[in-house]
Amino acid sequence: MQVPAPLEYERATSVDHAIALMERLGDEARIVAGGHSLIPMMKLRLANPEYIIDINDLREELGHITITDSEVRIGALATHQELLESKELAAVLPIFADAEKVIADPVVRNRGTLGGSLCQADPSEDLSAVCDALGAQCVIRNSSGERVIEMHDFHQGPYETAVADGEMLTEVRIPRRPNSSSAYHKVERRAGDWAVASAGAAIQLADDGTILDGRVGLCAVGPNLTNVQPISDALRGQVPSEELYARVGEIAAANANPATDTRGTAAYKTHLAKELTIRSLRKAVARAQGQNV
Amino acid sequence: MKINGNDVTLDAEPRTLLVNFIRENAGLTGTHWGCDTSNCGTCVVLIDGKPVKSCTQLAAMAGGHEVTTVEGLATADGLDSVQEGFIQCHGLQCGFCTPGMMLTARALLNKNPDPTEEVIREAISGQICRCTGYATIVRSIQWAASKDRETAVSLEGANA
Ligand SMILES: Cc1cc2nc3c(=O)[nH]c(=O)nc-3n(C[C@H](O)[C@H](O)[C@H](O)COP(=O)(O)OP(=O)(O)OC[C@H]3O[C@@H](n4cnc5c(N)ncnc54)[C@H](O)[C@@H]3O)c2cc1C
Ligand code: FES
Ligand code: FES
Repeated sequence: MQVPAPLEYERATSVDHAIALMERLGDEARIVAGGHSLIPMMKLRLANPEYIIDINDLREELGHITITDSEVRIGALATHQELLESKELAAVLPIFADAEKVIADPVVRNRGTLGGSLCQADPSEDLSAVCDALGAQCVIRNSSGERVIEMHDFHQGPYETAVADGEMLTEVRIPRRPNSSSAYHKVERRAGDWAVASAGAAIQLADDGTILDGRVGLCAVGPNLTNVQPISDALRGQVPSEELYARVGEIAAANANPATDTRGTAAYKTHLAKELTIRSLRKAVARAQGQNV
Repeated sequence: MKINGNDVTLDAEPRTLLVNFIRENAGLTGTHWGCDTSNCGTCVVLIDGKPVKSCTQLAAMAGGHEVTTVEGLATADGLDSVQEGFIQCHGLQCGFCTPGMMLTARALLNKNPDPTEEVIREAISGQICRCTGYATIVRSIQWAASKDRETAVSLEGANA
C-alpha cells in the first residue's frame, strides 16, 4: 500500500489566504487542486510536501468559464469535465471539447483541473498543448498583485513553470479572434491513457481566405515542445491546402524530439507529430470556414 | 464528512487516503482497493454525487462533503435498481470491480436516465473488469435504466 509521507493539511478560504499560507510555509508547501497528479506522486514519494494547501473551496473565485466578446477566461479550478461539457466553450473554442474527450477517463476528469494540469507541466499533458495553440495567457497571483504571462513563457522545462514559491495560477485568458477556429487530435494506446502523441491547431483566416495566423501545439513528443514557432511562420499568409498541411507536418516532425518508451518508438511518435498536425490543421481550417466538422 | 448519510467524525492522520479512511477508520470494506495507481477504478466512491477514485484523494479533502459508498446504495426499501440489474444480468463474476462499477452507474443514471450503450461504455471506461468482458455490466446498467424509467412512469401514474 502506498501512503504519502506525513504532512499537515490546511484548507484555503480565499486566494489571498492560500498565498499567505504559501508565503509563510515556503517551498515545503504545495497546493492541491484535483490531486490527480500530485497525490500519485506523493504516494510514490516523488513529492514529499510537508504542507498541503487545499484550494478546492475556492470554486467561486477559481471555478469559472466566462466568455465575453473579446476573450474567454477560465479559472484554474475548472475541471476537465466542466471544460468538456460547456457548450458555450465548445462553440467558440472547439479544441477544448476535442481534447477533453480524450484526456484521462471520466472519473479522473471529475477531479483534474486546468490549473493543476498546466502547473504539473508534464510533457505529456494535453491542456498545455491546447493553451499554447490558442496563444493563451496565464494569470499568476502573489501577495503584491497579479502578473500576466504568455503561455510560451509559462513552461520552463519538464515539470517546471513560471509560478514561483508564494504564487499561484488563478486564470487562463484566451483572446477571441474573428474567423478563427481550432481542433485537437490525439493517439492513445487505450481509452483513458496518456498520449502517445497529440497535436492541437488554432487558425485565424483573413477575409480573402488566407491564413492570417496559425499555431500548433504538440504534446508528448519532446520536453515542453508545446508551441512551434516555425510552423506559425510557415502558415502565415498562405492559402490553406493539403500541400501546405503536409509541409507544415514535416516541420512538426523535424522539431519533434520524442523518446522511445513503452508508448512507442521515437520514429512512430515523430510520424504521429506530422500526421496529427496535418489532421488538426485540416479540421481547424474547415471549422474556421464554417464547416461543421 | 457524511458517509451514506451518516455523520462520520474520526481522527485520522492528514496523509490518510480516502480509500483507507473509508475501509479502515470507518470500517466500510465494500469500497475496494486495487491498483493503487488511479487506473482501475474499483475504489470509486461518489463525492457529492460524482464518481471519484478514492485512492487518489486525501480523506481530509472530502471533509464536509457527502460520500456515498456501495453500502449506501441499498435503502430500507430494498436494493438499488443498479444492484438488481447486476444480479439480473450477471454483471459480476468475482465482484472485485463491482462496487466502483455500480457507483459510476448510479451517478450516470442520475444524470442521464436513458444512456446509449456508447455512453455507458464511456462512463465506465476508467474502470477495469478482469472477468466479465464488460458486456454484462453494460446490460446490467441498461436493465437498471429501464427499471428506473418504469418506476418513474408508475410514480407519475400514481400521482396523476
Ligand atoms: C489515470 C490518469 C490518467 C490521466 N490521463 C491524462 C491524459 O491523458 N492527459 C492529460 O493531460 N492528463 C492526464 N492525467 C492528469 C490529469 O489531467 C490531472 O488531473 C492533471 O494533470 C492535474 O490536475 P489536478 O487538478 O489533479 O492537479 P494536482 O494534482 O492537484 O496538482 C498538480 C500540480 O500543480 C500544482 N497546482 C495545482 N493547481 C495550482 C494552481 N492553481 N496554482 C499553482 N499550482 C497549482 C500542485 O501544487 C501540483 O504540483 C491523468 C491522470 C490520471 C490519474
Ligand atoms: S485502487 Fe484506486 S483506481 Fe485502482
Ligand atoms: S467481476 Fe471480477 S473484476 Fe469485474
